[in-house]
Amino acid sequence: MATRVRYDDVSVGDELPTADLHVQRVNLVQYCGASGDFNVIHWNERIAKMVGLPDVIAHGMFTMASAGRVVTDWVGDPGAVVEYGVRFSAPVVVPDDDKGAVVTVAGRVEEKLPDNRVVIVLEARAGDAKVLSGARAVVRLD
Amino acid sequence: MALNRDFIGREFPATEPFIVGREHVRDFARAVGDSNPLSTDLAAARAAGYRDLVAPPTFLTVLQFRRPTAAMLDPALGLDYSRVVHGEQRFELYRPLCAGDEIVSVSRIGDIRDAGRNELMSVETEVTTTDGERVGKAVSTVVSRGTAARRES
Repeated sequence: MATRVRYDDVSVGDELPTADLHVQRVNLVQYCGASGDFNVIHWNERIAKMVGLPDVIAHGMFTMASAGRVVTDWVGDPGAVVEYGVRFSAPVVVPDDDKGAVVTVAGRVEEKLPDNRVVIVLEARAGDAKVLSGARAVVRLD
Repeated sequence: MALNRDFIGREFPATEPFIVGREHVRDFARAVGDSNPLSTDLAAARAAGYRDLVAPPTFLTVLQFRRPTAAMLDPALGLDYSRVVHGEQRFELYRPLCAGDEIVSVSRIGDIRDAGRNELMSVETEVTTTDGERVGKAVSTVVSRGTAARRES
């Protein structure tokens, strides 16, 4: 295991590189297959609207996993993540057009813990909506 | 229809071990746009000291679908998947999950409660290898939209 970032070099308040995640219907279909979550609201507009959603929405877990890349890309090692939790505060609505949705993810070092662990808080927005809240990861650095 | 509260506290062992496949790790990483070489390039993973590809941190979510607990599919619980959205998710990872790991999980329905017109159900899943090594824990809360029982006001 080798993290790109070292514990001693990290300070509270450090910002992680921000990422714009582009989400189109094909990404959701691909995630359906990889995860096994074929809930119709993630690919069928007719049923999504029938159950009161504005359109097809992204899997919360797809958004969580994608946002987590901001952490693992920074750390370098996915095996360094010891905790990761989020609340899904608004759905990511994915229209059937050439653009889809854009989720902007920002991260910041919130706290340094013993045992080389660091707490990172994440913010994820799609347009005006905060799609994740209370998003927090704990990583163990070298 | 409201969820059956008799399911609160029930524990459900997984039926069959799940083997974390190398191509599955690659497929999952690709699906979430994760190009980390430790999850996609075997030589890179080995050079970093791993036995095999490292699964992205949320990979354990696949258990919920590949090894669903009998409870979630039990018509007596009354869960209508088209009404379900995910409320919260948290993972605690005791050690990195790698391709080749053979894992089993035990799930427990922690709570079912009303939140306005919706219902919230929390499920806690402990994951171990078939040798008994603790791998991680997944705690999820799902929202069942509009299924709270109507009450006289």
